[in-house]
Amino acid sequence: MEEVLERILTDYRNNEGNIITILQDLEETFGYIPEEAVNWFSKRLDIPVSRFYGIATFYAQFHLRPRGENVITVCRGTACHVKGSERLINRLLIELDIPLDKNTTDDLKFTVEKVNCVGACGIAPVIIMNKKVRGKMTLDKLMRDMKRLRAGE
Amino acid sequence: MNKDIIIKVCTGTGGVATGGKEVLSSFKNALSSAAMEAAFYEKCSIHKVGCRGFCAKDVLVDIIINGEKTTYKYIKPDMVERIVNEHIMMGNPVKEWIVGDEFYNFHGKQTKVVLSNCGVIDPEDINAYIAVGGYEATRKVFTSMSPEETIGVIKNSGLRGRGGAGFPTGLKWEICRRKQSEQKYIICNADEGDPGAFMDRSVIEGNPHSVIEGMIIGAYAIGADKGYVYIRAEYPLAVDRLKKVLDQAKQHGFIGNNILGTEFNFDVKIKLGAGAFVCGEETALIASIEGKRGMPRARPPFPVESGLWGGPTVINNVETLANVPYIITRGAAWFSSFGTEKSKGTKVFALTGKVKNTGLIEVPLGITLREIIYDIGGGIEGDRTFKAVQTGGPSGGCIPAKFLDLEVDYESLAQVGSIMGSGGMVALDETDCMVNTAKFFLEFTQAESCGKCTPCRVGTKRMLEILDRITSGKGREGDIELLEELGQDVKTSSLCGLGMTAPNPVLSTIRYFRDEYEAHIKDKKCPAAVCKDLIIYSILKELCTGCGVCKRECPAGAITGRRKKIHKIAPELCVKCGTCFDVCKFKAISKA
Repeated sequence: MEEVLERILTDYRNNEGNIITILQDLEETFGYIPEEAVNWFSKRLDIPVSRFYGIATFYAQFHLRPRGENVITVCRGTACHVKGSERLINRLLIELDIPLDKNTTDDLKFTVEKVNCVGACGIAPVIIMNKKVRGKMTLDKLMRDMKRLRAGE
Repeated sequence: MNKDIIIKVCTGTGGVATGGKEVLSSFKNALSSAAMEAAFYEKCSIHKVGCRGFCAKDVLVDIIINGEKTTYKYIKPDMVERIVNEHIMMGNPVKEWIVGDEFYNFHGKQTKVVLSNCGVIDPEDINAYIAVGGYEATRKVFTSMSPEETIGVIKNSGLRGRGGAGFPTGLKWEICRRKQSEQKYIICNADEGDPGAFMDRSVIEGNPHSVIEGMIIGAYAIGADKGYVYIRAEYPLAVDRLKKVLDQAKQHGFIGNNILGTEFNFDVKIKLGAGAFVCGEETALIASIEGKRGMPRARPPFPVESGLWGGPTVINNVETLANVPYIITRGAAWFSSFGTEKSKGTKVFALTGKVKNTGLIEVPLGITLREIIYDIGGGIEGDRTFKAVQTGGPSGGCIPAKFLDLEVDYESLAQVGSIMGSGGMVALDETDCMVNTAKFFLEFTQAESCGKCTPCRVGTKRMLEILDRITSGKGREGDIELLEELGQDVKTSSLCGLGMTAPNPVLSTIRYFRDEYEAHIKDKKCPAAVCKDLIIYSILKELCTGCGVCKRECPAGAITGRRKKIHKIAPELCVKCGTCFDVCKFKAISKA
């Protein structure tokens, strides 16, 4: 871990970076913002931990807990909303048995997230499965895709 | 036989999601077989192009043989072979896959300026952009125009900010120009956060060089030597293309030191947004670039006076900047020949929702909503009844059917309680609940409120609570009036644009669809059968065939019944997900 953090720190110093870029690098590397990493940067840069968390909790891009192996993002833009994205989310949560106050399965296999809008409204409703955009989603298609994901394809 | 064969495959976000890359490589494979290569190699070229607007029919493929263009729709990789064999080799287009009238109707009433080269050129190739006149405007201003003259042209064109507020672009540049400072900045605002809008993404994906060229000209006009593009991280393809074209522009000497042999230096950096809607507000955007929480501050001072790191800063929207090169090359008079008296030029809209032809459109300002919804959009899906069009995203409002003949410009939309906004246009039909729509937007603004000022932080929360209880059947007498009062207060006392406009979706739906609010509160009914707590699913005895599909698909196990016998839904188990309603082929599920 130390090595990775050093690299991010060097990047930060070379590219007139800021706290956001550090957090973005952490998120990119670990898939979330590990507490130890924040503490490490806080010490090295002499910036209070609260400044990091103030920013990390402000922006939707940052996650404070590890996410699932498979990340399924449901677009909650207007076009997707009127074409039934809410039902897709509800079905996913039931299917994966994720309680309402959480978004990741206990075995860390799946995370279901919402995104405000991915700007692919022409093919709404849209779901992103592990970074792959899938348009004109139906419950049927979604369940078939889930089966495939579960089988590890 | 001397053929010129050009193949163009859509690889915008819509195109890629429906398999554009696979179609592209299928064409490459099909044409690289030995026999094909011998016959066609010299004459055939395959291009990826950006968004061409008509995303509903993706993947769209153009085959141009000797200048004669054929456009195919819904192309999948396994269809490529037949197109190659029949059309490219034999010259017989595959008739049943060609786009129909809707494609031409979709484009008929459009006037393309910003989008004129989107979907036509390869977005990742600077030479393709130069071939259609790209960077001519840059040459023109650097060799023959002073910054003041450049500003004059933009002022005369009447171009107004396309991000939503509609501030005259030339004036903004002029104020910044006059400000004395060592260091000035120009920022391209590509933080397109409105849900239901994708104009800026498409422009960047389809013709990123035009945006960069607009920035170069803007920087020259105001005297800035540093620029930033602040773009959403949710747009990976657009970010990727921007990075590529910036490198190309540097290699060609349009960005860097001593541009085109002048004293002028200009460098552009890309900053990725981290997912906060409020960062589209200019002072919040600046805070975010500086690496802080993206919270707005009071204005004045405006960014043109004191912006990024205290330097005078011009912030322009993507579409605004993309207009600039065209205005410089073709002149202010040409640009202002489009549009209405106060709103000149064209505007790009993301037309989505319940229209048949969803996609990206560019129309002259002053066009009527009817022309957009019916002529371009092809009317409502399933020939249901058009109810309203939502413009301006969470800052805008719902415009009801009675205003279909309204001419679209900044002023007219404001008059009916909505805004132009950045260009999202979502068509709603009779199956959409207006209270639910208002709640949807308020959920969004409430979640995105940065929390700095009380009216927005607390006001949106309280409004959402009221809407929540109305849609769950617990609405009270007086709730509508309370929403109106609270909405006005939030509008007048919030710090930034987010709060000042957040009540618009609620206020405009109350204004035009008060009866729907009353039905929810007084009769505990959702007329459009959308609000979950106010509807009950049941099986219609006379239509149920006992096929068992609903029983099998129901995630809650709420449906019982023997095969070939009428089934039943247990209301206490039903989670109202609507799966049964969707899967029943016999329309035997009722929702009321």
